Order: sequence, then structure tokens, then C-alpha cells
Amino acid sequence: MSCTVSMTVNGKTVSREVEERTLLVAFLREHLGLTGTHVGCDTSQCGACVVHVDGRSVKSCTTLAVQANGAEVTTIEGLAAADGTLHPMQAAFREHHGLQCGFCTPGMVMSAVDLVRENPNPTEAEIREGLEGNICRCTGYHNIVKAVKAGAEAMAGAQPAPVAAE
Amino acid sequence: MYAFTYQRPTSLADAAAAIQAEEAKLLGGGQTLLPTLKQRLARPTDLIDLGAIPELKGIREADGGLEIGAFTRHAEVAHSDLVKRVIPSLASLAEGIGDRQVRNMGTIGGSIANADPSADYPSAVVALKATVTTDRRSIAGDDFFTGMFETALEPGEIVKSVRFARPDKAAYAKFRNPASRYAIVGVFVAKFGAEVRVAVTGAAGSVFRAEAFETALSADFRAEALNGLSVEADGLNADIHASADYRAHLVTVMAKRAVEAAG
Repeated sequence: MSCTVSMTVNGKTVSREVEERTLLVAFLREHLGLTGTHVGCDTSQCGACVVHVDGRSVKSCTTLAVQANGAEVTTIEGLAAADGTLHPMQAAFREHHGLQCGFCTPGMVMSAVDLVRENPNPTEAEIREGLEGNICRCTGYHNIVKAVKAGAEAMAGAQPAPVAAE
Repeated sequence: MYAFTYQRPTSLADAAAAIQAEEAKLLGGGQTLLPTLKQRLARPTDLIDLGAIPELKGIREADGGLEIGAFTRHAEVAHSDLVKRVIPSLASLAEGIGDRQVRNMGTIGGSIANADPSADYPSAVVALKATVTTDRRSIAGDDFFTGMFETALEPGEIVKSVRFARPDKAAYAKFRNPASRYAIVGVFVAKFGAEVRVAVTGAAGSVFRAEAFETALSADFRAEALNGLSVEADGLNADIHASADYRAHLVTVMAKRAVEAAG
């Protein structure tokens, strides 16, 4: 019982023959070799596996690869620019020491980017609420929240300046 | 997870035909079903993904209230300007389900068909005088939930939409489990003219109405009207998170908070 699953991952079209029960996280890690997306709890609680499917953050350990058939998927590997320049949110996590062991970081960054897309200038409370689906056992969250705040500001600054109406 | 055959029908008729297969299961957002399958607690032969059926999607204004397609995700309800305008309490309930990523996948149809005793939506279905429309009939919200993980749905019956009446005032207050964010107790209070409905989720095997609360609030829609009232602890859920007595206590507290929030 296998099927062909095709999707765009980090801008590249991929197609693989997989068992229908393959989870999206297994598809990414085992079939595409994109091991930046982590499996933590494997019970949709910890958020280490968060990726974007058509721009929305989801837990890839609780999504079938076939459910993302035809979708645009972005993983942590797809955030940095082609020349290696970190995404502003990644840079903010580094700058503000928003990680210690780093295991939760890919999921944290993906959730943070999705949060800021929806709410470009989140308050501390909104950041904490927005990261409820991500668990970190090292940092106590303080620096993660600081990093997301700074990342949000950097993302707003990175937007092209609005063109004045003629 | 055991192996299964995955199907993604593009019409309700095709889904209705596919679900007739023995041991087939409908797949909404999968936020309960996939964890269940991963633990090998179920072994369906076929998964029928409802995600490609246009008739199951969308939020419309209907009869002054709202009609929400079964395959509408919690995040869509939470962020819908229409829901925020017509029944803001429903948007705020949806915003409190699970976490952001769960809300991006989970659907209203999946939630009510699963009928988890601690789910949030059942309280809204009962308090907001909802009608559940399936591919076969309409079911009144009051008759839909029949027990723990049990509904009035027949085998193979597919929820199409849920129609909610627009209340004059309403609010949902939840005492949540901090890890799962399911309701340890959630109370939805809705006022329709002189009629007040109080629906309680999380406390018992299935959502129920607190009739004494409704009578008191119909006469006097203030939190103080609930002073001295409580539900019977006997028969309420008791687990590591909360005893039956504590849940009974929380029902009154959450009902008062909901009345205050409804204003």
C-alpha cells in the first residue's frame, strides 16, 4: 500500500513513492534527508517537528505526508537565504541566546516565523501564547521570547519600504 | 501505525461511497485520529480524507447565525471576521483550542464527531442551539452528543456543517489542563432573549446543560445569581487532574466567569 507523494519542499519539487502511513516528518527526514526537523515527543505536544505547510505551522509528526500532497512545505533548512545568510528570526535566536541544547530550536523558529507572519508586532504575552505548542527544557523561555521579539522587529525592518503612491 | 489505504475524494458523494467500506475511517485534521493510529489503538482499513471536498468548507451567515462547514479548521473560525462579528464567543472558543499548530489542522467536524468529553466545541453546539447537518439529515445540537466519544451519528454518516444560532450575549470560560489545553471544565453561557443556556464540557462523560443555572440566569443574568448553586459531583469525571468535587466546584466558578465575560 504505497503511493506517490509530490510536494514543493523549500522551493524544490520532490516526488517519492512512500507507504500511505508515512508521517510528514518521516518523509522529510528519512526520504528527503532533511534532518533539521526534529522528532521530540512524537505525540504532537513538544513542537520540535513544526514545519510550514502552505504557510501555516503544523506538527509534522501528526500530519501524514499524503495530507501535504501538492502543498508548499518549508522546513528550517528553507529559511536561510541561498548565500547562507540567516533568516532574521534565526539570527535573533543566535544573538539573544534563545537556545541551549538546540533540540527544540528548529520548531521554535518555525513557530515564531508563523506567529510573526500573522502578528508582525507581538507583545510578550502574545509571543508566549503563540509558542504554547513548543516545549523547551533548557532555557526557561526567557531568551526565546526576547529572541522572537527581536526577530519580529528585524523581520519588519527587512520588509521592502512601501513605494509612495504617485 | 498499521498500514491503511488512503483515499481523498473530491465530492461528498464519493466520500459517502468510500466510507461504506468495512473499517474505513473519516480523516478530518487528524489531530486526534493520527495520534490514535500511532498508538495502534485503532486499525482502519481505509482513511477517507475529507480535505478536498469543497462542500465541507467555509463559513457563511445563515438565518441570522452562522453555518460552518465541517472541514473548517479551528484557526479559520478563530480568525474569521464574520465569526468575530456575529458570534465572537465562538471565535474566542476556537482560539483557545489546543495550540497554534493543532488549530491550524483540527476541524470542527472532526472535533464534534469525535465527541471527546473534554473538547471545547460540544459546549458551543449545545449552548448555541446548533443544528448539525449530515449527508443524511439534520440533528439538533441537544441530541447530538449521546455519551463519552459517542454521538447520534450512524456508521458512515458524514457531518456536513454546523449551524449556530446568534445569541444576544454569550461567552465561554474554560479551566484548562495546562499540558493538553483540553477543558478540565468549560462552561458556555448563551442568552437568547429571556432564555439562557448553560452547557458544561469536561466535567462529565459528555457535555450537559446545567438547568438550575439556566433558571437562575434567566431570572437575573448576573454572576451573583449563581451564588449557592452547584452541580452534583456524583457521576462527574475524576482523574489525576481533578476530582469530581473539584470539577463540580469549577462548574460554578467557570459559569460565573462566563456570565461576567458575556457582560
